[in-house]
Amino acid sequence: MRDLFSSATQLAQQFRAGTKKVGDVIQQLFTHIDQTEPKVQSYLHLFKEAALEKASELDEKFKKGDPLPPLAGVPISIKDNLMMTGTPTTCGSQFLKDFVSPYDATVITKILNHGLIPIGKTNMDEFAMGSSTENSSYQNTKNPWNLNKVPGGSSGGSAASVAAGEAWLSLGSDTGGSIRQPAAFCGLVGLKPSYGRVSRFGLVAFASSLDQIGPITRTVEDAALLLSVIAGHDANDATSANQALPNITEINRPLTGKKIAVLAESFDKVIDPDIQAAFSAACEILKSDGATLETVTLPALKYVVPTYYILAPAEASANLARFDGVRYTTRDESATTLQSMIKKSRGQGFGPEVKRRIILGTYVLSSGYYDAYYAKAQKVRNVLTAEMIALFEKYDAILCPTTPNVSFGFGEKSSDPWQMYIEDMLTIPANLAGIPALSIPCGQKNGLPIGLQLMSKHFAESTILNMGHRYQQLSDWHLKTPEGITS
Amino acid sequence: MTLYETVIGLEVHAQLNTKTKLFCSCPNTFGQEPNQNTCPRCLGLPGALPVLNEAAVQKAILTGLALNCDIQLRSVFSRKNYFYPDLPKGYQISQFDLPICLNGWIDIPLPEGGTKRIRITRIHLEEDAGKLVHQGAEAIAGSTHSFVDLNRTSVPLIEIVSEPDLSSPQEARAYFETLHLILKHIGVCDGNLEEGSVRADANTSLRPVGAAAFGTRTEIKNLNSFRSIERAIQSEINRQTEVLNAGGKIVQQTRNYHDLTQTTTVLRDKEESHDYRYFPEPDLKPLLVTEAWINEIKKQLPLLPEAQKDIYKRDYELNDSEAKVLIQDPDIHHFFQTALEKAGSVSPKLMAKWIVGDINAAIKIENETFQSSKLSIPNFLALMSLIEAEKISGKMAKEFIPEMVKTGKSPHDLLATIGGQQISNTDELDPFIQQVLSENPDVIEKIKAGKTQSANFLMGQVMKLSGGRAKPDLVLALILKAIQNI
Repeated sequence: MRDLFSSATQLAQQFRAGTKKVGDVIQQLFTHIDQTEPKVQSYLHLFKEAALEKASELDEKFKKGDPLPPLAGVPISIKDNLMMTGTPTTCGSQFLKDFVSPYDATVITKILNHGLIPIGKTNMDEFAMGSSTENSSYQNTKNPWNLNKVPGGSSGGSAASVAAGEAWLSLGSDTGGSIRQPAAFCGLVGLKPSYGRVSRFGLVAFASSLDQIGPITRTVEDAALLLSVIAGHDANDATSANQALPNITEINRPLTGKKIAVLAESFDKVIDPDIQAAFSAACEILKSDGATLETVTLPALKYVVPTYYILAPAEASANLARFDGVRYTTRDESATTLQSMIKKSRGQGFGPEVKRRIILGTYVLSSGYYDAYYAKAQKVRNVLTAEMIALFEKYDAILCPTTPNVSFGFGEKSSDPWQMYIEDMLTIPANLAGIPALSIPCGQKNGLPIGLQLMSKHFAESTILNMGHRYQQLSDWHLKTPEGITS
Repeated sequence: MTLYETVIGLEVHAQLNTKTKLFCSCPNTFGQEPNQNTCPRCLGLPGALPVLNEAAVQKAILTGLALNCDIQLRSVFSRKNYFYPDLPKGYQISQFDLPICLNGWIDIPLPEGGTKRIRITRIHLEEDAGKLVHQGAEAIAGSTHSFVDLNRTSVPLIEIVSEPDLSSPQEARAYFETLHLILKHIGVCDGNLEEGSVRADANTSLRPVGAAAFGTRTEIKNLNSFRSIERAIQSEINRQTEVLNAGGKIVQQTRNYHDLTQTTTVLRDKEESHDYRYFPEPDLKPLLVTEAWINEIKKQLPLLPEAQKDIYKRDYELNDSEAKVLIQDPDIHHFFQTALEKAGSVSPKLMAKWIVGDINAAIKIENETFQSSKLSIPNFLALMSLIEAEKISGKMAKEFIPEMVKTGKSPHDLLATIGGQQISNTDELDPFIQQVLSENPDVIEKIKAGKTQSANFLMGQVMKLSGGRAKPDLVLALILKAIQNI
C-alpha cells in the first residue's frame, strides 16, 4: 500500500529499471480506488479500461527498450474542466451533464504524448468557482486527512485523488488559488505557473485573464517534471507566452545567496497562530540552507479580494454566456419564448454560487457601473502587479502561508460567501500579477496539513521550484500520508 | 409647416474575403451544408480560444488606407455581450473604444454633379454571427421553430461607420455605391450583395432646416442593395415627417425595412436596446501593428477607382463608359491590366473596346468570368494584333470571340479553319466583285440613281462569296469605283 504513495519520479524510475510493470500498478491502483472512492469521492469519471490498454502498450515498449519520456506510465488524474476527446467534461455542472469533449486540450495532448496515463476526471466546484469543492453539483469530495473536512477547491477532486493515493499526479486549474489552496489543505505540492506558461486551449474558462493549468503532486520534483511536460508556447492560445522553458535541472542547488521577502501580512491576526508557527519554522529551514530572509509589506494586498471578486466574475459572466439553453445539456422545454428559454435554462442549469458570480460580473460591467467597479479593479490590479515587480527587483521570491486557515468542515463557510472568499487572500495576488506561485506542505494542525507559498517573478518557476525542492530535502512533511482512508 | 432637413449616417458591414475565418482556420466560404464549416473555435465550444487571422488585419488596414483613415498602432478587441441563438459564445468579439482605423473620408459623386466629402468616423474588425433559419414563417414572428446554422460564425467583418454627413437618400446610395466599389476594387471584399457580403445600417433623423442640434434618430437594420438603401431611408423620412407634422415625437428605435411594401417597422425600442457590457477580450492581446507593416501594405494599395478611371481616359483615350465598365468589376479590370502588361504595341483603346464589348458579352453568355473562361491573355492579344494589322476584319473577330471564350482556341486556329486571313488584295477581290456586279444590274441602276446605301447589299454578297474574309471597307470602295466606271 505504501507503494501507492511514492513520488512520480520514483515510480517512473521503477518502470525504467523494470522493477515494476505499468499494468500491475494500474491494476493495484484501481483496486485501491475501489476501496477509497466511496469514502473520498475524488473522481467524477474513471477510465479503467483505457488506462489498462495504455499500460500494456507501454509495458511492451519498456520491454523492447524503446526510448520513453521521463514520466511514461505514471497515472495522472485530470480536473473535469479539461477537454479530453471522448470523455465527459462536466466542470461539476449540470449544464454539461452529458457533454463529451470533441477535442483535446493542449495539456492533454502533451501528457498523452509523454505516456502519462489518465486515470479519471476529478470533482470540482462548479465551473471552478469555490474554495471547498462543495459547489460541485455532483458530490462532496472529502479531505483524505479527515473525511469530515473539505479538500479545498476548486481543484478539490484533483488534490484529494493524489492525497488518497488514487493518482500520482494531477492536473488542476488555478484562477485565484484553486490549485494551491487544495494542495495546502491536502498536504501536497501545487504549482500555479506564470500566466502564459501553459496553454489554456481546452481549459473551460472561468476567468480568462487569471486561469492557469498546473500540477498537483507529492513532491516539488514531480511538479517540476510535470510542468516541463505541459509548459510551452502554443499557437492555439493567443495569450500563450513564447518563453524559454524553465530550467529544472538545477533545482537541488543550495539556496546560498538567495534573497527571500517574507510578507509581514503572514503574521496578521487573520492568520491562524498555528499556521504562523509552522510558517516561522519553515522560514528557519530555508535560512539554514543559505537563504536570506527579510520582512516586507505589500500594501495593495488588502484590496486583492474585492479586486478579484470584481474581475473574475466579470470575465466569468461572459465566459458562461454560451450556456444559454440552445446547446449543451440543459434546456427548459416548457419555455414558450426565446427569452424565457434562455432565462429558465440558465436558472436550472447553474448552481447558486455560479449564479451569484454571473450576477456580480454582469453588474460590474453594466453601463454606469463599469468605471466604478471593473475599470477601478483593473487599476488596483496594475498597482498590485507594480508593487510585486518592485519587490522582485530586490528579492528572488516572496514567501507567505498559502491559506489563513487549515481545512474546515462541510457547510461551515457555505452560508457566508465572504468567509469563503477571504480564504483566497494570499493566493489571489499571484493570479492578478500573472506570476508563478508554489504551495508546499510545511506542517499540520490537528492532523490537517498547512501550506507554505513561494512566489517569484514572471517565468521564474525554476527559482521557486529550487527553493521548494531544497525545503523538501530538509523536511519530511511531504512524506506523510493520510492513514485514515486505507483502514 | 416646418421644413425639415435630413441627417443620415451609415454603418456598413463588409465581409473580408480572407481564405479563413477571423479567429479559426475554417475556410471563409459561402453555401455549405448547415454547420459543416465549423470547428470548436467558431462553434464557441467551452475551452476553445480565438486566434487572430493576420490576413484580416492586413485587409482592414488596406481598407483604412483606401478610405484615408489613421491606422492605429494599437487597437483592442472587446467582448460585446448579448444573448441570441446565432451567437454561440454569448458575446461577439469586436472592437469598441480602440478600433484599428480612425478619421477617414471619401468623396462621393452628387446626383446634380460635383462631389461631396463624407467623413468616416472609424473602421473596426469583428466576427460575424451565425444565421437562424426560421421554420413555418418568413421571420421569427409566427415561426414554429428555428434552426441554427453556424457556418457564417466568425467570418471576418469590417464595420465602416460614417459621420452623419449624408443629407438625402440619394447621397446615402451614392456613398454606399462608392464604398462598395472601393472595397471590391482594392480586393478586400467580393462585394456580393445577394450573399450579404456588404450590408448597411442607416441612422436617419430630421431637424428643422438650419437647426444645429440633431433630431432623434432611428436605425434601419440590414439593408443590402443600392435600391433598398435609397428606398428605406426615403420611407423613413416620409414616416418621420408625418409624425413630426402631426405634432408627434420621434422615438429612438431600431427598425426593419420591408422591400415589398417599402415601409419600415419597429424591431425594438431604446428601452429594449442591449447594454452590451463591452470589456477588453482577455483571450486576445492588444493588436499591435508597426509603421513598417503599414508602409508595406500602403505599397499594395492600387489606384482608387476614380483616379484609375481618370488615367484611363486621359492616357488611353477611353470614353467614360468604357473606363467605368473596366473599373467596376475587379474581374474585368484584372484581365485588362494583365493584358496591358503584356500588350506590346497593341493599343489599349482597342483592347478596352473589345473587352467591355463583345468579349464581356460572350463571357456573360457562357456564364463565366474572365478569370474562369478559356480565353487566355495570349489568345486575346493575338486577336488584337490581327485586328490591328487588318489581317482580320471586325466582323471576323466578332465571329471568333464566342468560339475563343468557349473552347480556348487561338485566333490563328480559327483563321485556318475558315481558309485564311482577311483578303485586302484588290486583285484577289476583283473576281468576286465582277461576279456580284454582273448578277445584280438592277442594284447598279439604283446606286447610279443616287441610292448609294444599296452598295452595302453588294458588299454583303462579296463577303459571302469570300467566306467572310474580304476586307469590308475595301470591298465597298472597289464596288463604288467599279460602278462609277460602268
